[in-house]
This record gives sequence, C-alpha cells and structure tokens, in this order.
Amino acid sequence: MQEIKTVALVKWYKKLTAVDKLDLEIRQGELFSLLGVNGAGKTTTIKMLTCLTKPTDGDAFVGGYSITAQPAQVKRLIGVSPQETAVAPNLSVKENLELICGIHGFSKEKTKHKIQELSGQFALGEVLQRKAGKLSGGWQRRVSIAMALISEPQILFLDEPTLGLDVIARHDLWKAIRALKGKVTIVLTTHYMEEAQALSDRIGIMRAGRLLAAGTVEELNRRAGTENFEAAFVSIIKEGD
Amino acid sequence: MRMMTFARRCAKEILRDPINLSFGLGFPLILLLLLSAIQTNIPVELFEIDRLAPGITVFGLSFMTLFSATLVAKDRESAFLQRLYTTPLKGFDFIMGYMLSILPIALGQTVICYLFAIPLGLKISVNILYAVVGIIPMAVFNIALGLVCGSILRVKQVGGVCGALLTNLSAWLSGVWFDLNLVGGFFEKLANVLPFVHAAELEKALFIGNLQLAASHILPILLYCVGTTIAAILCFLAQMKNQ
Repeated sequence: MQEIKTVALVKWYKKLTAVDKLDLEIRQGELFSLLGVNGAGKTTTIKMLTCLTKPTDGDAFVGGYSITAQPAQVKRLIGVSPQETAVAPNLSVKENLELICGIHGFSKEKTKHKIQELSGQFALGEVLQRKAGKLSGGWQRRVSIAMALISEPQILFLDEPTLGLDVIARHDLWKAIRALKGKVTIVLTTHYMEEAQALSDRIGIMRAGRLLAAGTVEELNRRAGTENFEAAFVSIIKEGD
Repeated sequence: MRMMTFARRCAKEILRDPINLSFGLGFPLILLLLLSAIQTNIPVELFEIDRLAPGITVFGLSFMTLFSATLVAKDRESAFLQRLYTTPLKGFDFIMGYMLSILPIALGQTVICYLFAIPLGLKISVNILYAVVGIIPMAVFNIALGLVCGSILRVKQVGGVCGALLTNLSAWLSGVWFDLNLVGGFFEKLANVLPFVHAAELEKALFIGNLQLAASHILPILLYCVGTTIAAILCFLAQMKNQ
C-alpha cells in the first residue's frame, strides 16, 4: 500500500529548479532513502512533503492527503527531524520532550508515559536532565528523532540524520533507526551511500532535482550492471548527465 | 494551551542564559547605582532618583528587543522553528508565545529597577504601580521590534542592530542621560518623533501622579506599539512562509 505518492512535483527557487517533475511512490512501513550529492533536491523534496514549502507545480499525497490542499491533515500524520539538530538548547532533554508533548496537547499522564517510552527506546536516561545544547552531536540527533516520534507519527522524515557525526555515533544512530523499521514509514535523506545501503528497504537516487532510479540495492545493482552499490550509484548518476 | 507551552519554553530559554540576565537586569541596576552615586557628589536635576529610575526602566526595555530578536533568529537558524512548523502550532501561537514569554520578564525587570531604587531614595507610593502598568505599551513595542528584527536578520546581525544600535538609540534619544532641549534642533525633533522620550516622560509623569501629562505622551507610544506589532506579525508570517 502506498504511503506517499508524488505527482510531477516541481519546485523552483527563482531560476533554479530544485525539484523537477518528481514521481515517487513510497510504501507503507518501508524505510525509503533519498540518496544524492549536495544540491540533488533531497531536502527540498522533504520540505514539500512535510508542508514546509509549497510546490511550484504538481502535488503529493501523504497518507492519502494532498500536501497542497490538506496540509493540516498531513501534519497530523508526520514527524520531522530536520537536518540541523533543532532542539531547544537551554532546555533539558526532558523539557524538550515535554515541550513537544505539550504542543501536541498530551495530558500529564501521557507525557510521563511517552518520555519513559522514548527514553528507553533511545537510551536517553543518562542525559534526560542535561541541557540539550550541551550534548554531543550524536546525542542531539537522538533527542531530535525522539522529539519527532512523540506525536506517534505514521510517517517519519529524517533529513540527513547522521550528517557530521563520527563513526561510532553514526552506527549508534543507525541502530536506533533500524529499531524503528516496520513500526513507522521512514523517509530518510542522505548523501552517504553506506548509510542508504545499511538502512533502506528501497533507495531513490536523485540528481539535479530528478529521480534517476528507485529500487532495492540489488535492483539498482542489476540495473547498473555492477557488483557493488557504489559503482551502481556512480553509473546511474553518470547515466543521468 | 499550546501557545502557553511554547511561551514557557521561550521564557526558560531567555532566563537560563547568563549573558541575558547580566545585561538585561544587571546593566540597568549598575547604571542606577552609578548615576545615583554621581548625583550624590555632583547634584544634577536629571539624575534625581525620581527622574532617573523611570528613565532607566525605559532604557532597560531595549534589552527586551535584543532578547526577542536573538531568540527568534536562533530558532530560525537552528531549524527549531522548522520543526515546530510541522506541528499543530499556528502563526498566531508563535507570535503570542514569543510576546507573552517576554512581557513578564519586562515587567519583572521594571519592578526590580523600582525596588532597587527605593534604598537609593525613591519614595514608596502607589504611583510605582501605575508606572509599572504604564510601561506595558512600550514593553510590547520593544518586544515586537525584536520580533521584526529576529524575523529578518541573522543572529550575528541581531547582535549589532539590537544589541548596539538600538540600545544606544534608546539611551541617546530618551532624554534620560541629558536634557534634549540642550541639544535642540534636528536631534530634539527626531527624539520627539520616536517613542523613547515619550516613554521616559510617561513614566516620570505617572510616577509623580500627573495623569494629564502622562496622557499627552501615551498616544505616540500606542501608535508605535500597534504599528510595530502589525509589522512583527507580517514579518514573522513572511519568514514562516519562506521556510
């Protein structure tokens, strides 16, 4: 079953075409990665799908709702962890989580329960009372994803979740993201091939705002006629030149 | 409810920043102390405590502009606002959340300034209460001005514009440090067009219980208050759309 469908989605920024007639289908419960080099249009696509920016043309349906005509309904279904850490720096981790609970109108009881649940899920217990702004990048990303999950979203958008993290922090975060697979549809953007390969059910390769190919790692390797994914990625990108 | 949750967060962000506290609260108090000390040794009518304290409270409000502008600019740059734009919070919630979080801080600062001035010779009277209430429109103006700056400037620019330029404008053009009549000319005319001197005079008038004089100064402040609030709403919504 389709969770997200884009129909000839276009975004222009003045003379720059950031996303060019994007047709994409993402299935319910899968982890779909948008892979591409910088400026491929990944973040702009996420921004449109999360109703942060309006498309110039075309439309997309998230959980069956149009991003142009029904943004309020779309927002009820989604959780977003932006590229930057996006935490309140002078608030403790617990207060950050409480803030999002409050914004979603949770009761005190539900807030307490949700914080316990997410603390366990993301091993936040040891940092719960610490100021979010004083945490390392890896911890901040974990907090950011936990904040995105508070509203119990049907679809979770992770924009470059491991950007700038060291190897250990990246692997720790991968573990946390893998644990979410199957529970929620995840759309992840990345420019790390190994990340897309390690986490995704399917991968969409983007370049200059266009979707060049989409499929499993095996399907993309087959299509490019290569043995490894890096070679497949390079081949598909060059094919699109 | 959602708006108040966001407002509480904003207040915590500001009050937990030691630089905010030392500048926003500490600086006006130090000025009160220093100028009172000067007044004790070299008596100047302008620095008599019942004229100085109301002026300092108005000057202190310029830090509220810095607080609100810095907070909004930081929230924009860190993508914190971007995250919240995907939640059920509406534009109105954000604007009111920012304003309602800083208004009590502004009033708290005013009250502390007046309390601090009592041991320096300020007479205790009910007029202090009127002066605290009377400062609300100017506080709203300063907070709204911060929202405008925070919506269009980056964090570093906010430091220069609100931290340096505005605090100086507020100080020089409020008539707190020197008598504007002595300078006269364009400078005096400019000061009278802007709200700072009216706010200082309103506070002084309320403090001595001269309501007629107070009334003559309230209108320009209200005009600035309403105009800047409208500008703040428009600028914030525009940057929200640009996100």
